[in-house]
Amino acid sequence: MVLKSILTAAAAATAALTIAGAANAGILDDVKKKGHLQCGVNTGLTGFSAPNDKGKWEGFDVDFCRAMSAAIFGDADKVKYTPLTSKERFTALQSGEIDVLARNTTWTFTRDVNLGLEFIGNNYVDGQGFMIRKDLGVKSAKELDGASVCIQTGTTTELNLADFFRSNNMKFKSVVFEKADEIRAAYDAGRCDVYTTDRSGLAAQRSLLKKPDDHVVLPEVVSKEPLGPVVRHGQSEWGDVARWTLFALIVAEELGVTSANVDQMKSSKNPEVLRLLGVEGKMGEQLGVRQDWAYQIVKSVGNYGEIYERHVGVNTPLKLERGLNAQWTKGGLLYAPPFR
Amino acid sequence: MAASSEAQSSAPSVSLWNDPKKRALIYQAIVMIALIIVAAYIINNTAANLEKRGIASGFGFLQSPAGFDVGMSPFLKYDAAKATHGTVLTVGILNTLLVAFTGIVIATVLGFIMGVLRLSSNWLVSKLAYLYVEITRNIPLLLQLLFWYFAVLGTLPSKRDSISIFDLFFLNIEGLFGPLPIPQDGFWMVGMGLIVAIVAVIFIKKWAQKRQDETGQPFPVFWVSLALLIALPLIGAAIAGFPLEFEHPQQNRFGLRGGMIILPEFAALVLGLSLYTAGFIAEIVRAGIQAISRGQTEAAYALGVKPGITMRLIIIPQALRVIVPPLTSQYLNLTKNSSLAVAIGGAEIVAIFAGTSLNQAGQAIEIIAITMAFYLTVSLLISMFMNWYNRKIALVER
Repeated sequence: MVLKSILTAAAAATAALTIAGAANAGILDDVKKKGHLQCGVNTGLTGFSAPNDKGKWEGFDVDFCRAMSAAIFGDADKVKYTPLTSKERFTALQSGEIDVLARNTTWTFTRDVNLGLEFIGNNYVDGQGFMIRKDLGVKSAKELDGASVCIQTGTTTELNLADFFRSNNMKFKSVVFEKADEIRAAYDAGRCDVYTTDRSGLAAQRSLLKKPDDHVVLPEVVSKEPLGPVVRHGQSEWGDVARWTLFALIVAEELGVTSANVDQMKSSKNPEVLRLLGVEGKMGEQLGVRQDWAYQIVKSVGNYGEIYERHVGVNTPLKLERGLNAQWTKGGLLYAPPFR
Repeated sequence: MAASSEAQSSAPSVSLWNDPKKRALIYQAIVMIALIIVAAYIINNTAANLEKRGIASGFGFLQSPAGFDVGMSPFLKYDAAKATHGTVLTVGILNTLLVAFTGIVIATVLGFIMGVLRLSSNWLVSKLAYLYVEITRNIPLLLQLLFWYFAVLGTLPSKRDSISIFDLFFLNIEGLFGPLPIPQDGFWMVGMGLIVAIVAVIFIKKWAQKRQDETGQPFPVFWVSLALLIALPLIGAAIAGFPLEFEHPQQNRFGLRGGMIILPEFAALVLGLSLYTAGFIAEIVRAGIQAISRGQTEAAYALGVKPGITMRLIIIPQALRVIVPPLTSQYLNLTKNSSLAVAIGGAEIVAIFAGTSLNQAGQAIEIIAITMAFYLTVSLLISMFMNWYNRKIALVER
């Protein structure tokens, strides 16, 4: 953990050295050359990124990496995963240890501007919430004065928490851990009264508690947490690949293209579908990836809605409604620019 | 003499290259210059590339607001609303020093006891000490910390049924709560009493030494000093009318709040570190005592010196010369090992500064550099102190 952050810092320094000559080579070419995508994911957050019982990484964020891999290589499995804690993630990206970070990361001003990162969009719009034991009888987050709060280090959550208690003139005691499973263990043992993180994360963690039904997520949403994949700043070409992979997922759902009907859709009458699937136009080529990139994405990973329902939707242990993450036509915030 | 002056006079005829002394100088100069060039290249290149990648650099972040809470800050009043990353650094340093100091004291006392017990002629006692040493030395420290935190302290009762000790102290999963002493007006009298007592003790010690040298009469310095150190501050307190009040922890909806608290993260860290290091110190002490020839003890007994005094005045001072140098490295180890606190949610420099601050400010190189400089400084200071102590107890050759 510590060693790792020191190593990544050292790696950052050495990478800074080696990149000096070859700054313009471009990540896309590098990725194509080495034959796989190095993707930074969460060390373990059920539904978003966690290894399954066969040791294969699975989840909502993992599928974004797989989609990028499908777009570049025509094969969703050419991804190598680097599990990162919230504290290690940015150094790993800055130093070039990973090509893309898909790790429920909140888009903020400081991160975008000061850390040399580029957020390519939102794949999940979330907000911070609080989970607490039912038997404490707390109905609102405003009643939490004096509570002890378990929290993950190096997150926006940590900052929002201090702001929320300060603006409501309340006090709290924080108990800080580095990994989500450490927090869960401490919360389950009663070391703290409240567990706070993004509401999607709370749903994931709650499903893993000893008695999930003894715990309740309070109604308040105290922050905006637009989560999304991140690439390094100053690599626009590579940023475009990541950004349009995300948009392709969203637009595919909007246009009704699914992994089941994608082959029939190739002969659709809708010109936007044809452009998306690479039947018409040269979008893939212009992007620097396969001509049938979006076809490959939908074929092997599915569209946004399929990914959502597969990993975090109402039929999974997380039971998350689409809410803000529905298409703009259905009252949500998913809105991708046109494929034109 | 003549030969050497001849050699000197003939020196100019030797070329620079063939004179070993000058050659060595040239080598050293070349290595130095090469080192400086490499260092300058690395620094310059890193700075240039950080700028190219749009990563902010410099130490300005120390003044920017941190905005998060730290778990423990016993010396400073930490306010998440006002704290900067500089404050976080200070809190981290103080917490690390507190852990290191407490750990070193406990480890030393326990290590000496275990080391001496290991040599006991009582079979059971000696085997128990042996068992302790082998267990603590042979299990990885991180595992021991996790054991203490999750397996031992994690099973403490919940906040609603805390264990009460004389209704003054309360133990539950959130920590050990106790009354917090708050000095009132006139508390300076107590401090005054303590200072007078300390000065008196120093004089008594000198006087007793002198008297013993002259007359051979011993004086019970230890007991008299102890009495003075307790009695004088008490008298001061009595004159001022016991100017001390206690803040007791109060039960609220979420458990006990207020008063003094020892957090389980801190307790587990200190426990784990000191028990682990004490195992090593016990072995060092045993080796030190065994290094003193048995003849020393026999000679002392033959002269009629009592066993306690033999140990205190003859064996231990000699054993210390063997013990202190390896003891120093154990102290250094303990200090550095305190960084393992990150695994159990402790709030020391690596966890909160090289962890949280690094992530929030994103300036890995600066923050890791500061943290390394801190550990280096502390280690060097401990080394310096222990070297001074070592010289003080070293054999004075007459």
